[in-house]
Amino acid sequence: MTIEITRRNALMFGAAGVASVSFGLSAFAKEMTTEEAVASFVGGIEPSEMRIEIDAPEIAENGNSVPIEVSVESAMEGDDMVEEILVLASGNPNPGVATFRFSALSGEARASTRIRLAKTQDVVALARMKDGSIHRATRAIKVTIGGCGG
Amino acid sequence: MISRREFLQASVAATALTGFGGGWSRAAAQQAISEDALIDMAGVGNVTLMHITDIHAQLKPVYFREPSVNIGVGEAAGKPPHVTGEDFLKMFNLEAGSPHAYALTSQDFAALANDYGRMGGIDRLASVLKRIRADRPYALLLDGGDTWQGSYTANQTRGQDMIRVMNALEPDAMTSHWEFTYGGDYIRDVIEDLPFPFLGANIYDKEWDEPAFEPMKMFEKNGVQIAVIGQAFPYMPIANPGWMFPDLSFGIREKRVQEIVDEAREQGADLIVLLSHNGFDVDRKLAGRVKGIDVILTGHTHDALPEPVQVGETLLIASGSNGKFVSRLDLDVQGGKVKAYGYRLIPVFSDVITPDADVAALIDEVRAPYADELSRVVGKTDGTLYRRGNFNGTWDDMICDALISQRDAEIALSPGFRWGPSLIGGENITVEDLHNATAMTYPAAYRSQMTGEFLKVILEDVCDNLFNPDPYYQQGGDMVRVGGMGYRIDVNAAAGERISEMTLLASGKPIDPSREYTVAGWASVNENTEGPPIWDVVEAHLKDVGTVSPDVNSAIKVVR
Repeated sequence: MTIEITRRNALMFGAAGVASVSFGLSAFAKEMTTEEAVASFVGGIEPSEMRIEIDAPEIAENGNSVPIEVSVESAMEGDDMVEEILVLASGNPNPGVATFRFSALSGEARASTRIRLAKTQDVVALARMKDGSIHRATRAIKVTIGGCGG
Repeated sequence: MISRREFLQASVAATALTGFGGGWSRAAAQQAISEDALIDMAGVGNVTLMHITDIHAQLKPVYFREPSVNIGVGEAAGKPPHVTGEDFLKMFNLEAGSPHAYALTSQDFAALANDYGRMGGIDRLASVLKRIRADRPYALLLDGGDTWQGSYTANQTRGQDMIRVMNALEPDAMTSHWEFTYGGDYIRDVIEDLPFPFLGANIYDKEWDEPAFEPMKMFEKNGVQIAVIGQAFPYMPIANPGWMFPDLSFGIREKRVQEIVDEAREQGADLIVLLSHNGFDVDRKLAGRVKGIDVILTGHTHDALPEPVQVGETLLIASGSNGKFVSRLDLDVQGGKVKAYGYRLIPVFSDVITPDADVAALIDEVRAPYADELSRVVGKTDGTLYRRGNFNGTWDDMICDALISQRDAEIALSPGFRWGPSLIGGENITVEDLHNATAMTYPAAYRSQMTGEFLKVILEDVCDNLFNPDPYYQQGGDMVRVGGMGYRIDVNAAAGERISEMTLLASGKPIDPSREYTVAGWASVNENTEGPPIWDVVEAHLKDVGTVSPDVNSAIKVVR
């Protein structure tokens, strides 16, 4: 298992079943916008909105450290296997958050991390399955000044 | 800091001063309504739930004007509780000028307040509860939280006055919000001594992301297994100072609620009750998404509704605030299903309901050490002072005036809290009244420079927390109150585009995005905020002006 930590947006992680994780986008992809990073990941395949879920607070308690968890319903055997999940923070100056890679030994496709969100935005997760299909989930997370509580 | 032990000793020493003085009465209230008619109802089924919430430490009866402006957005538009005034009377078939119209709306508030008098008082609540229990000995009493904060004595004793008095009512469980502003560690300490569970399925340890509080309690009553799940205010560290409870995380955590509901059913629950401090619109959405909740006892948004709102098979109950109401919900539960229900929102008219003598004595006992200060007169008002409503109310207009004059500011910001009872014209303003509208643990009145651009960011941010069409993204209270500046708000516009026409009232000129303005405010959630406590600022202002003459605020234009 290799863990390559070039973290910028991600602060820490705890992942079930992750074979490896890299934070941020790879060096050549650093300048990519969210749209470009998505296009590069899906490679022309139309993503399905099924089976993948981002679990995160609706409103961040602290924009500097927002816990998120991405999971994909998968048997994790044969063709029904998640190979990798890309997480993007679409509203950050540098949207790449992390890429989680899975193997048959992973057991389940579930990964959690804490991310920094510069402002209210959509967090996007894309999963590539072994059969080549892509699944996509989007979750709005609000970052607010706070105060005035009831 | 006063420890629990010291407080108890102080109270014991003060018992010689007890004695209840509530001898006044108002003919109109007593002729229009009798105690029997207020409380009694034909029992239904085999379960009774009694719900109180958002008492905000109001031990004594108060005036509380319900909102005249309470705008619903998205799917909540036009639905209760976002119905006010005449529309409310029509929707629930209430007669203008009737006791219920006075209790539930702002219609003719000032005039009706003279007829019907104050509402609430924990000693009256005690009488109502006792009477229901005589009829239904298996009734559960559930407290929705925001119970320990909101008065001078609660602030002085860190909620110990409320804890003592509420314990006398023998609640079966409670959940929470402002309780945590006394400090997370303190709350963990005091709940160890509570004779009932302090529930919060959605309160987590921040570092380990694990549940930190008891989520649920199973009760067997009258042969029925009742699971009560607690849900604390979800946006605690955002809406209130997170540094006061740094190791805790909250959130709606819908999945967690579903897990506990499923667990409760597996353990044999016949009835699932969510004792919630989510706020009504959040609970309405949650009721449509989490399966298997029979009853949500709502709180936080201070709504009082004379009938349950039904979402699928879930009943939502809204029991008001400040001790004005007790909800009695009877349920016929058979084979794990609710077959029938009876509901009564009992308005606690303080001149009609006889106080419970023991609880009245206890209230006097906890207040006795502070009696002189509580009754000290600091000013007078010749009109209604109220806070509740989406935008500026007269109480906060006065607080903003105080901030501008006493802190030499151009613009004042005052938080859109929902707590804070009302005063009617002709009354003195006492220290007690002032603290009922300001008592909190982070009262510093700051003074700082803000650009016009940043002021717009603040207004947009706060109004999105109120008018985001998705209730899960609505974080907190009503709109921040503004003094010295007018603005226009288009409630249904997109986030970031609702506020326009920001105007400095002193000059009549538009707010310049690049200019810096001197802004005074209070209740900042930031640690180490400096400034005098807001009550000192307001008291100094009242000393200068003597009598307050509340006026209609025409500086805020609302487009809906």
